[in-house]
Amino acid sequence: MSQNLAAQINSVLAALILLTAFGLLVQRRIYGLLHIFAWQGLFLSVSTAVVGFTAGLHHLYISAILTLALKVFVLPYILYVLIHKLKIKKEVEEVVNVPTTMLIGIALVIFSYHLTAPIRELSTLVTRSTLAVALATVMLGLLMMITRKKAVTQIIGFLALENGLFFAATSATYGMPLVVELGVALDILIAAFIFGIFFFQIRTTFDSLDLKEMEKLKEED
Amino acid sequence: MTLLVVLGASLIAAVILAFVGDRKIAPEINILGSAATFVASIFLALEVYTGGPMITASGYFFVDAFNVYLSVLTAFVSMTTAVFSRRYMRHEREKGRVGRAGMRFYHAMFQLFIFAMLLALLTNNVGILWISMELATLSTVLLVSLYRTPSAVEAAWKYFILCGVGIAQALFGTVLLYFAAERVFGEGSAALLWTNLSQSADKLEPTVLSLAFVFFMVGYGTKVGLVPLHNWLPDAHSEGPTPISAVLSGLLLNVALYALVRCKVLVDGATGSHKAGYIMMVFGTISILVAAFSLLRQKDVKRMFAYSSIEHMGIATFAFGLGGPVATFGALLHMLVHSLTKSSIFFTVGNASQMHSTQEMSLIRGLVKGNPLVGWGLMLGVMAIVGMPPFGVFTSEFLILTAAMKDAPVFAIFFLVGLAIAFAGLFRKVIPMVFGAAPDYQVKIRAAHTPVYVHMVIMLILGLYLPVFLSDWFHAAARLLVK
Repeated sequence: MSQNLAAQINSVLAALILLTAFGLLVQRRIYGLLHIFAWQGLFLSVSTAVVGFTAGLHHLYISAILTLALKVFVLPYILYVLIHKLKIKKEVEEVVNVPTTMLIGIALVIFSYHLTAPIRELSTLVTRSTLAVALATVMLGLLMMITRKKAVTQIIGFLALENGLFFAATSATYGMPLVVELGVALDILIAAFIFGIFFFQIRTTFDSLDLKEMEKLKEED
Repeated sequence: MTLLVVLGASLIAAVILAFVGDRKIAPEINILGSAATFVASIFLALEVYTGGPMITASGYFFVDAFNVYLSVLTAFVSMTTAVFSRRYMRHEREKGRVGRAGMRFYHAMFQLFIFAMLLALLTNNVGILWISMELATLSTVLLVSLYRTPSAVEAAWKYFILCGVGIAQALFGTVLLYFAAERVFGEGSAALLWTNLSQSADKLEPTVLSLAFVFFMVGYGTKVGLVPLHNWLPDAHSEGPTPISAVLSGLLLNVALYALVRCKVLVDGATGSHKAGYIMMVFGTISILVAAFSLLRQKDVKRMFAYSSIEHMGIATFAFGLGGPVATFGALLHMLVHSLTKSSIFFTVGNASQMHSTQEMSLIRGLVKGNPLVGWGLMLGVMAIVGMPPFGVFTSEFLILTAAMKDAPVFAIFFLVGLAIAFAGLFRKVIPMVFGAAPDYQVKIRAAHTPVYVHMVIMLILGLYLPVFLSDWFHAAARLLVK
């Protein structure tokens, strides 16, 4: 595979990751969110493998497989089981309506491109232009966390944010050292178990997974 | 080898306690684990004191004056907290606030938390530093919600999400750092080793590192509890069990600040300017002021002292930002004395709220009448934390203030205003709690007083006279941080 072709494939994948990030903002059904999230994980994993192939770095295959297992299968499955068991309402409730969220999202993408402009010029890697997309995915994940009411959607936003970070690690730098990648994957897995436990705790103490119940701890005047 | 014991003891204790943490003997195992860590950390400190900084395990660990003193401090406070938690948690168990599984979880996670912090301190790899900071968060999240009350679950969720997002920003910063370092060192772990990075920091691309620092500041700053990223901190401190509040406030905030300072050194080296320092000074000053005003309005005693922690972390961040040998020395000392004082305050506050079955300050009254050791413990602790001589906080704040007067007089004014407000606010709230008649709902409890007074004595010694080895360490660490 020539460098040029690899760069093009990666740009396409970057575009798809960005697209799925926006998809997460638009989707109103929770199962739909899970599907989009899994797709995002798949694109991420393929992109990691492509970078690993062109750069001849075999440890990237390991992180590609890790991403595939965690982001495409394990995490969506855990979430699916939780949603099913806890009988969470199938619709997403938003604090800010979708068109407005989309506009903010577009602004965030432009901001990310602007912010990473000086760095892109420095990079010599085939994948350099994807750093902006990675940052944009992080920002969009944050946006999703802010504008959604349910604990589940917040978590999906959080995981999308982590996808953005992973993408930054592989696209800007050909992947972090393997020790670090393994550690990060472990942390995410522990986090997944913790939010699983949390859903049950929130459910049993509040009788709902709606975060507006959780507004007791405020500064009193 | 010693290093292995320092890290291993808490990890082994965590594994053992995961199985037997609900037995009667569990608190003793907990104490033993922490004590072993503490003894090993002293040996490690001796090695570093006599032999200078050391790099082991093919560069993965690095011990110098800066992190060895924090490791000893972490091990020490975790030991005294384990002693305190023995009776405290027994009382909570008798009241039925925690079950058997809860106790097992509590003990195992306590040790895992200590392990995560020590790993964060001792590792030389900036990536592993991030991983262990995240591990420290994850191990305490479910401890905050240990009591399963609605507000405890809410506090833990907030802590999980805010710190999770915050620390994700720090990972982005780490990625950017690696991006810059890779161009100098090439692929692989060598490009993430702090010792390598700091040696050739001037070769790193300044634009990338400036951007990285913004992410580090937001990421680790969230964990330090700097305003406006502090929202999780008062909730987590007030809703979790008191021993956890003590270690969160006394240790975790320090470790997060340590991570931030390590990153700042690299950024300073690369940019050759004081930009990062200014950012830290601004964040620090805002934290001091906002926390001072916020603690005036608190009704919950642990919440009030959580704000006081934000204030003191603001002071240390400000001092590190200010830079220069005097301010850095002051900041290092401040981290030490704040940690000792604040954890001892949380111990007494925990005892006081058990005596009254509440954390509401308006309901806690007549502590000196009820139990003079608790009453005076709180009074002395507050005197120490507001910076009255002859306690250690006075020395460190005085040093920082002198440096600030000289290098940044405008900031010094805000700094003083913040200190004065906190001083007045804390005394106004605490004096009615300590003195006066004891209410009839006050009960006697069996509490551990030794940890409180051991901390007090050390505080007093540090205020009157700084041991030579400690000032040597601080000088060495300050030289390391100030180029």
